[in-house]
Amino acid sequence: MLLRSIALLLLAGLGAAAHAAAPGGAQLYARNCASCHGVKGDGGIGVPLALPSFQAGISDDYLRQTIRHGRPGRVMPAFPSLGAEEVEAIVRHVRSWNKGPAVAYSPASIVGDPVHGKQLFGKYCVACHGANGEGAKGTGVTFSRPRDLPIMAPALHNPGFLAAAPDAMIKATLMNGREGTPMQSYLKLGLKEKDIDDLVSYVRSFETQPLGSSAAMVEAETPVIIRESPYDLNTTVERVKTAVTTHNFFYGRVQTLEYGMTPPASENPKQVIVYFCNISLLNQALAIDPRVGMFLPCRVSIFEKNGKVQVMSVNPKVLSRLFNNSELNQLCEQLEQSYTAIMEEATL
Amino acid sequence: MTLRKWMASMLVLACLSAPVAADGLLMARSDNSFPEAMTVLQSAISARGYIITRLQQVNENLERRDYKSDMYRVVYFGKLDEVRQVTAAHPELIAFLPLSITIFAEGDESIMVASHPQTISGFYPDAALKPLFDRWEKDIEAIMDEVRE
Repeated sequence: MLLRSIALLLLAGLGAAAHAAAPGGAQLYARNCASCHGVKGDGGIGVPLALPSFQAGISDDYLRQTIRHGRPGRVMPAFPSLGAEEVEAIVRHVRSWNKGPAVAYSPASIVGDPVHGKQLFGKYCVACHGANGEGAKGTGVTFSRPRDLPIMAPALHNPGFLAAAPDAMIKATLMNGREGTPMQSYLKLGLKEKDIDDLVSYVRSFETQPLGSSAAMVEAETPVIIRESPYDLNTTVERVKTAVTTHNFFYGRVQTLEYGMTPPASENPKQVIVYFCNISLLNQALAIDPRVGMFLPCRVSIFEKNGKVQVMSVNPKVLSRLFNNSELNQLCEQLEQSYTAIMEEATL
Repeated sequence: MTLRKWMASMLVLACLSAPVAADGLLMARSDNSFPEAMTVLQSAISARGYIITRLQQVNENLERRDYKSDMYRVVYFGKLDEVRQVTAAHPELIAFLPLSITIFAEGDESIMVASHPQTISGFYPDAALKPLFDRWEKDIEAIMDEVRE
């Protein structure tokens, strides 16, 4: 009996150790999800996962597929580095907020008339989900939308959404609506079940159409834009300062790369950063994605090595992919053009 | 499964196989309000041997032009020897330095964001740089963990 007790205690101890070693769902959620979705799932940059009507309308598998695939171009990243057990642990944690019965949806296709569905989509859905199912704009948080709106209309024409949501789930959302959000029950709006099937078949037909604009990301040919300067370093710095003002930016400050890391007299004077800004553009960028401040203010670096002076900046096109936010595409392209023009003018 | 359905599935899978910068950002949320989180953040950065070189006051600049903003700062930091060593061999990395973490208020809580060092690593697949990118990743994750707690 004593040996048995010791064995049981040892086993219990091993179990506890294993449990302590493997991060639980709450820990994994805190590390990977809470910054956008809130510690208690009340939302922010991301969807409020704890919203009762959201919980009532989704399946576990919808969460699994969403974690796996994300929403290309729509901020929510894919998490390929998470193992199956980790994904499952996060799903269990998120589902602990569900007060109702668990829902499971059939993977079977719903047969409908996509042509009629398209007509209905134009009448009932485009106001929130966009003409081509591209979804509402903005990410959430203070900068981009009123905080009384709990959920953004998702992009339906998105490969991540289409992979995660089976027809039956889309149908259920249309039938029941989503309480606490602008999504209403289409039955209450007067549509018949047949109409809803037609709508579902139209949404599913997005799979066969070219990638939606909100899911497409700009490609950066190179992470850094570099130009060689024919001038000495100090002249080049002055020319960059002049060039930024002619391109609708105001020059902010000039410092060495080593500024603050060593006494001024010891700083390497051959590595210089020119900071500049356009406040209106900054406000616009933060409204699209409040996280972009990490690449602000705008900057151009100038350095001299082996008697050669070069001017460079991070290619802004890299950013929209980094943030997985297609709404930054246009701004990043605009900034790339501005940066290139500034550097070419300064080194002309 | 019909041919049409199979082709649609393949199209979706092809779209999904494109990288979406899954781990392009390191992010953390703190229960602390902005001033407390900012203090913890600066302390966590310093504790790992980095010198905080500058605090960029983003919200003040916005408010001067009458744009509404919550508290918003960019914290720049670095290690002199590290910066000298890496930029001597790879001057193009100057564009990404010093390292930075953005912190902004989210109601009574705070959010921190940094670019994932492995993102830069992807642009410069030099084996000699790997230990440095790995160290930056480990340090920034540890800083984020400390502020998160």
